[in-house]
Amino acid sequence: MNSNHQWPTWEVFTQKKQGAAHEHAGSVHAPDAEMALLNARDVYGRRQEGVNIWVIPTNAIIASTPEDVGAFFDPANDKMYRSPNFFKTADGLKTI
Amino acid sequence: MMTELNTALIEYCLRIADNSLIHAQRIADWTGHGPILEEDIAMSNVSLDLIGQARGFYTYASQLEGNGKSEDFYAFHRGERDFRNRLMVEQPDLKDFGFTMMKLFFNGCFDYLIFRDLMKSNDETISGLASKSIKEVTYHVRHAGDWVVRLGDGTEESHQRIQKSLNELWPFTNELFEQNEVDELLIHNGAAFNKKELKAEWEAMVNEIITKATLIIPSDSTYFYSGGINGVHSEHLGFLLAEMQYLPRMYPDAIW
Repeated sequence: MNSNHQWPTWEVFTQKKQGAAHEHAGSVHAPDAEMALLNARDVYGRRQEGVNIWVIPTNAIIASTPEDVGAFFDPANDKMYRSPNFFKTADGLKTI
Repeated sequence: MMTELNTALIEYCLRIADNSLIHAQRIADWTGHGPILEEDIAMSNVSLDLIGQARGFYTYASQLEGNGKSEDFYAFHRGERDFRNRLMVEQPDLKDFGFTMMKLFFNGCFDYLIFRDLMKSNDETISGLASKSIKEVTYHVRHAGDWVVRLGDGTEESHQRIQKSLNELWPFTNELFEQNEVDELLIHNGAAFNKKELKAEWEAMVNEIITKATLIIPSDSTYFYSGGINGVHSEHLGFLLAEMQYLPRMYPDAIW
């Protein structure tokens, strides 16, 4: 297949168990949503990794740029009070 | 002392297992040759599903025989005439991706119906194996059916090629519903069900997708192949077995 004729890519998110957040698993090629879902199942869901799959067209994702790092993330560095470190959580709680 | 019912159950399990194994071996030919990476993985998955089904039914057959034969014995140490798979699955796959999908679709629709019925078998092992297999088969039908529609309702070339595959495979479809005294005995005992009664449902499942795919089913005058149920195969099975069985026959002491 000529590289100019590659199918578009889709980002795959899998949910490990009900109630858990979907996590990025990787990406697949597919011409449309239905096949993206089937391909995602075959590539990332074949070993019982999850209970649910999302596929999203890669070009629908808006990402921050490396230049944004300073403005986006640095201000949080010296503000410990923004972190939830000082709250007590129940024993055995794995997901907040 | 082997009862008549036991013998029939063994034969019945071997038919299902042989069919899944030979189909799996054919689909595995695509590993590393798939049209795209994702489909390559998908076909390997399907092949492994089918091998899993074969293993389950071989293991049960060996328990019923009770003579210590392993699943490997059934897969690797029987000859062509002992295999009970349908002729359709042994037909070579690697020539055309659409052919593989059409074949998987025809077989999948039938396996879906038969496993759905076998879930109600009064033989607990068979109903258990059927409940496990039907989930896999449901996916095979969805995946293969999806491709049949895409290729049939795709470009002029893809339409023409998958119509050709349909025409080539259609004469093998009558064999899906063949049965003999083994089935009759098991039907009588409530362990299995009448395959002939599945035909109308199978045709409805198939027609829905074939119509969506803008394809045409050959007219009724087609000649239909037959023979798997009696171990009479096409010329392709011998070559398949030669390749599949080479290693364990050449090196009998080899272990997994």
